[in-house]
Amino acid sequence: MMEERLRVNPILCTGHGLCAELLPEQITMDEWDYPILADKTVPPGLSKMARRAVTDCPALALMLVRDR
Amino acid sequence: MTTGSVFWFASRATGVVSLVLFSLVAILGILVNRQGRLPGLPRFAVTGLHRNLSLLTVAFLGTHIVTAIVDGYAHIPWLSTIVPFSSGYERLWIGLGTVAIDLFAAVMVTSLLRDRLTPALWRAVHWLAYACYPVILVHSLGASRDLRSGWLLALTMATVFAVVTAIGYRVMEGRAAIPRAGRVPQQLVLADKTGSRR
Amino acid sequence: MTAAIRDTATGHPVADSGDRIDGTVLPRLLPAGNQPMGLSAHLKVHGEMHYRGGPRMLIHTIESAGLTGRGGAAFPTHRKLTAVADQKGVPVVVGNGAEGEPASDKDKTLLWSSPHLVLDGLQLAAETVGARRAYLYVHRNPRLVHRLESALAERATARLDRLEVQLVSAPPRFLAGEESALASRVQGGPALPRFTPPRVFESGVKGAPTLVQNVESLAQLALISRHGPAWFRSVGTEAEPGSMLTTVRLANGGGGVTEVAIGTPISRLLRLSELPARAVLVGGYHGAWLTPEQAGRLTLSNADLRPLGAAVGAGVLAALPADRCGLVESARVVQYLALESAGQCGPCLNGLPSIAATFAQIAERRSSPSAPHDLQRWSSLVERRGACHHPDGTVRFLRSALTVFADEITLHEAGGCSAGTYEPFLPIPAGSPDHKDDWT
Repeated sequence: MMEERLRVNPILCTGHGLCAELLPEQITMDEWDYPILADKTVPPGLSKMARRAVTDCPALALMLVRDR
Repeated sequence: MTTGSVFWFASRATGVVSLVLFSLVAILGILVNRQGRLPGLPRFAVTGLHRNLSLLTVAFLGTHIVTAIVDGYAHIPWLSTIVPFSSGYERLWIGLGTVAIDLFAAVMVTSLLRDRLTPALWRAVHWLAYACYPVILVHSLGASRDLRSGWLLALTMATVFAVVTAIGYRVMEGRAAIPRAGRVPQQLVLADKTGSRR
Repeated sequence: MTAAIRDTATGHPVADSGDRIDGTVLPRLLPAGNQPMGLSAHLKVHGEMHYRGGPRMLIHTIESAGLTGRGGAAFPTHRKLTAVADQKGVPVVVGNGAEGEPASDKDKTLLWSSPHLVLDGLQLAAETVGARRAYLYVHRNPRLVHRLESALAERATARLDRLEVQLVSAPPRFLAGEESALASRVQGGPALPRFTPPRVFESGVKGAPTLVQNVESLAQLALISRHGPAWFRSVGTEAEPGSMLTTVRLANGGGGVTEVAIGTPISRLLRLSELPARAVLVGGYHGAWLTPEQAGRLTLSNADLRPLGAAVGAGVLAALPADRCGLVESARVVQYLALESAGQCGPCLNGLPSIAATFAQIAERRSSPSAPHDLQRWSSLVERRGACHHPDGTVRFLRSALTVFADEITLHEAGGCSAGTYEPFLPIPAGSPDHKDDWT
């Protein structure tokens, strides 16, 4: 089973905040409204929502990568 | 009434709806870009509405195109859905409509595949939406007399006003935005002001 | 392993093995008396450069020598060479002379004094990875650029270089030498860091696999190619062999660029017993402060420094004079580091100015009681959340200052300061970047 992890491109990210709304279990916003990604893999139950967050990010800054 | 005029009427009606929907989608797109919110709705709802309305636009636009071609009176060939200025009927106005379809299709297809494209590529194609809008407008005003009088004219002008205002807002915000190179010095000034003093 | 400060009496660079009876094995990279070496002097002292005849052939030698990068990261050079050589696509090679670090002068000194060693290394590295284009990336300094152009012209006449070397100017930015910023600049854009992956060894200048090597690493490589791994290992330590260039700033204001054996005691390099210091900065502005006691018992080696959260880095060693305030000096550095942010990533763009402003308030004795706590919070918020390591390095420097100068902080919070003078000690360039042209 391939484990996935969320990663954000901090250069593209402009702090829209959709990702934190869709996936509060994995993403919170810092005091400047930029996403803090939890240092853990995405559990299978959240996989669909994680994919949605990736697709919905207006800046296309969020990615799902294989966990190493 | 002949069958032809039912399709023709449907095409004109769905054309108007498509124009209004596209205008709404464009305004919502600008709202997303500016990180704007709709009252009472979470952020993902603004993006969601932008996307869902664009899909609705595809549905109405598709109907608009198909009914226009299926209606036998104007003899618009199927080719005209893709190749601009290939219609014998109203070559210019229909041709512009085709251009709009091509641009819109590029935007929609890339957006449906957006997580498979590089952000730069997706963004570059998405900008075509701004080119698409005037083409749609000219096509709408030229291909049929519907929008040139009465309440449809008023409706058209209202949508144009709304879109132009939104674009104007976007341009002004863009101009006022501090360029990347100047952001840190600005932040330093702000940070020192907000720090407490003894 | 002896040989710290170069013996100015003899000062001969040694062109063969390290077994000299008088123990003078250094300097190797820098010429005697710091007289810059033209091509004929270079050939006389170091002998001719010999190409290996094909790619990868030098890698094993470099591996045996144990050369690590001299740009600050100390990454094993043979692994970098292999990584680039393994890529599909034709590589390019860039000699990185844009040290960017205000407290470091070693790269510009090396380029001034021994350009041909660097240029030899550049050609050899290019051959090793199979590169077809070579660049030398240096800060905009008309005299240095002129000297390098002359050196390249000499080599062209002597038909030494297989690849034409293109000089690329780096803006005077702290991050200009960061490898992805370098790749951006070399391909014609601004020197701004990029998001990775892909790393530059996979895709750098115009998408080509790019070997980025500090100019000192290239010079060391050129010497290893001539004299072999055993020669290289004859100074330094087993784990960290060889010599390195350091920029030494003594507490009395003296110092300069010196070639030393890795593993030399820091106290000897900084003459701490005769010139007492309040604290010692190791590595550079992304490095760390040490207490005099720590500096007094440690050697200049990552083996000694890493356990304390420090590193050899770019070879900067600065002894803060006893009459300076460590907080005031550090706050100036942190302000500089904040201004040198590329401003591309939200956490760095917001966090570093907040940190800088609050730290300045502590230094200026006008901070709020929550200041140290705020600094810790912001430090955790910016770490590893940028595209490059600028926030990480800044936080490392900051945390070491908060630790080493903890007593001074208590004093400042009570309104006092133990400094005798506020005359700046650490070099901070004037002017800050505020226009996009400042990054090209």
